[in-house]
Amino acid sequence: MSGLRVIVGCKRVIDYAVKIRVKPDKLGVVTDGVKHSMNPFDEIAVEEAVRMKEKKLASEIIAVSCGPTQCQETLRTAMAMGADKSIHVEVDAATYENLQPLHVAKILAKVAQDEKADIVFTGKQAIDDDCNQTGQMVAALLDWPQATFASKVEKANGDLTVTREIDGGLETIKVKLPAVLTADLRLNEPRYATLPNIMKAKKKPMAKKKPADYGVDVAPRQSILKVEDPPVRQAGSKLDSVETLVGKLKDAGLVPS
Amino acid sequence: MATFMSRSQLLRYGASILRGQRSYSTDVPKITTHYTIHPRDKDPRWKDVDMERFADEADVVIVGGGPAGLTAAIKLKQLANAQEKELRVCVVEKASEIGGHTLSGACLEPRALNDLFPNWKEMDAPVTQEVTSDKFYLLTQSARIPIPLLPGIPIQNHGNYLIRLGNFVRWLGEQAEALGVEIYPGCAASEVLFHEDGSVKGIATNDVGIAKDGSPKDSFERGMELHAKVTMFGEGCHGHLSKSLYNQFNLRENCEPQTYGIGLKELWEVDPAMHQPGRVEHTVGWPFDRHTYGGSFLYHLGESDAPLVALGVVVGLDYTNPYLNPFQEFQRFKTHPSNIKLFQNGKRIAYGARALNEGGFQSIPKLTFPGGCLIGCSPGFLNVPKIKGIHNAMNSAMLASEAVFETITDESKTSPTVGLDPVSFEDKIRASWTWAELKSVRNVRPAFHSWLGLYGGLAYTGVVYYLLRGKEPFTLSHGGTDHARLKPAAECKPIEYPKPDNQVTFDLLSSVALTGTNHDHDEPPHLTLRDDSVPMARNYAIFDGPEQRFCPAGVYEYVEKEDGSGHRLQINAQNLSYLHRIDHPLVTSRPLRPPLNQSFTDYGNPASTRLHNLSGSGSVHLPTVGFHDCQTVIAGYSTYGLKPIRVLSSSNFSLFWPN
Repeated sequence: MSGLRVIVGCKRVIDYAVKIRVKPDKLGVVTDGVKHSMNPFDEIAVEEAVRMKEKKLASEIIAVSCGPTQCQETLRTAMAMGADKSIHVEVDAATYENLQPLHVAKILAKVAQDEKADIVFTGKQAIDDDCNQTGQMVAALLDWPQATFASKVEKANGDLTVTREIDGGLETIKVKLPAVLTADLRLNEPRYATLPNIMKAKKKPMAKKKPADYGVDVAPRQSILKVEDPPVRQAGSKLDSVETLVGKLKDAGLVPS
Repeated sequence: MATFMSRSQLLRYGASILRGQRSYSTDVPKITTHYTIHPRDKDPRWKDVDMERFADEADVVIVGGGPAGLTAAIKLKQLANAQEKELRVCVVEKASEIGGHTLSGACLEPRALNDLFPNWKEMDAPVTQEVTSDKFYLLTQSARIPIPLLPGIPIQNHGNYLIRLGNFVRWLGEQAEALGVEIYPGCAASEVLFHEDGSVKGIATNDVGIAKDGSPKDSFERGMELHAKVTMFGEGCHGHLSKSLYNQFNLRENCEPQTYGIGLKELWEVDPAMHQPGRVEHTVGWPFDRHTYGGSFLYHLGESDAPLVALGVVVGLDYTNPYLNPFQEFQRFKTHPSNIKLFQNGKRIAYGARALNEGGFQSIPKLTFPGGCLIGCSPGFLNVPKIKGIHNAMNSAMLASEAVFETITDESKTSPTVGLDPVSFEDKIRASWTWAELKSVRNVRPAFHSWLGLYGGLAYTGVVYYLLRGKEPFTLSHGGTDHARLKPAAECKPIEYPKPDNQVTFDLLSSVALTGTNHDHDEPPHLTLRDDSVPMARNYAIFDGPEQRFCPAGVYEYVEKEDGSGHRLQINAQNLSYLHRIDHPLVTSRPLRPPLNQSFTDYGNPASTRLHNLSGSGSVHLPTVGFHDCQTVIAGYSTYGLKPIRVLSSSNFSLFWPN
């Protein structure tokens, strides 16, 4: 059968190794001049899509990112890893701060329909908001089956056999295509984008679109009230007996005396 | 104080080392996995790996995307566009983004920028905060004595700007891309390629996907080759490819060995009431004794909305006490009563460290060779008394680009080698203001080496330099390499440093964590020792392992062996965050150092060849492995008397954080 067409969602986030600082106005974190890179889980999704292409399961990989102009670097990285083309859905920086998974999911759903995709692949969650919602919402909007937290993806006949990481262990399910998949950490180890591939990626096509092109309204539905550092951890105290522990719990009102 | 040993003492040391080596020979831990020490063609794990490399051609390849490299690229494109010529210029930079590994004070003298972009003020350059007040102090433990800044004294800063160099470099990168330069961040040049006639052909980038033990992983990918007519090397202080070029083309035969300092820096967000944008403070004296070349800088930055202060110390690596810990000295400096309030009411937001050149005029090597040239801090144009090098780096880059452009576009001249030699660069730089400037301050740094130490240096600057501005007919020598001055631990007193209070002063590991860098746990360490047995045999035995103290990232650690039979060197590769380089060979060739700390030479004729041959410590740099940059370290050779001794040369490193 002809290869699958895969859409991969890539989000540009603050690099995982950077120490985050809250802005003085407490409405967000400092992003100016801070190193950004592709969400690590999205990298894993791109890698899996590229491997599927190498195994001749997939025929075309399209990377999609929503955000300001700098997202184009993220898309170039995806193309350097092996994506064939990319779509940059331009959202200005101010709106981007309030862009929610539902907005992105609506955009990805429309892209998937326009491009006649067979698989929508994203990372399981973004490391900045930890929402873990986009993939699931896309599946709901498209009415497609979803295989989330994938740690292994195999193809058998017309379906996908996906092993998922769940709280109790591993679950293996079969999903019919077209489907939405979200990648978990142990799915693969992403490859390096080497210089020859980066050079080739410059020649790959990148389409520039706006949310309006997909009929999606990205006006914010939420506003951020406050962003704070986590509280400084209080020192603990070592107790020498269970009685003392119970006594302290009673004093703190945590245990009825 | 005895600064060198008698011959018999040295022979006894030598014998004990050889004895030590014999008893350690079966017990040496394997620290090094690099392929230049353990060649791949003999390594069975590499048998079936395809080692072929993809190659591409450009007109000019520039190694290093810092101020020098980017300025060179911009200038080349400006020249090409003016003459409507096509020129493919590629810049390779090891940091994952331009400006990512840039660290400096910084106080910029805008002279070179004015030449590069005469209308830079309209171009939104992040150079906005002019210096508004300029102070120089001599610190004692409890007080600070202001030293008047007479006009013409090098450290005077009127007309200069306080910038964040990382932002500036990023801006230069944007200008370069706008002019059509191809910039490739995240690609470290790890090998110089040569034509058959010995001229430079280009560079190869690093291989990626190698495991900690040196074997290839599934993700192994060979680096790529970039060929060019001319390759310009702007790697910054102590570039490892530059080092290999010095050896290859003998570029250092007529200059003194380079001497170094280490700069450590922190960025603080302070109470807005205490923030005075444009204020510049430089100090000497406490916490350094008069024989340690060290000082501090503190700049109140003005660019962003946050009240930021950049401060740091620079310590010359020719210090004598192996117990000196530059990081701790820096932390101690902050507790001085004059500035402690600034930190008590502030928050530290970043930390980094970097090596810098202190050799100045006497240490400038030959700059061109068939196939390329050296620019910026790689050869080293830092003006030490001013502690400014950006303007000279940029100027050297512009002049080099002019020379390179002439060489490439000159149809009439035929070159004897395939790689072109931009020889006119040497004449251009000698006729430039950079050369005149460095020559005028050439004697200030060596003036610290007399027994008067700091006071001699200050006196020299205040009197001789002020009056003569460098026209004195003699040139003082640096007196050899930095490591030659290190005394054995037994001769020195350990220094007691105060414990960190986590408000003003901090410990090393939390500082390293602030640099925001990270390495894959399964990567080879970015340091290579030529001889794994040397650390215990020499560095620990004689000098009490000074690398544990001078590394600003805590990379080297002497840990107790598991069976309790002594110590071993452990390289904490995870801490090697975006390390760069300091070469601090720890071996001394003591008895061969001349008894006088200075040697007066003829003007313009550094006779340091004598010293150079005596210390003869050559150190080779190995290319990096792994995806994240970093240069490796190599042991150096030192000859003393009749027998060559292999000794440890420590890593070059610097920590970076976006500045």
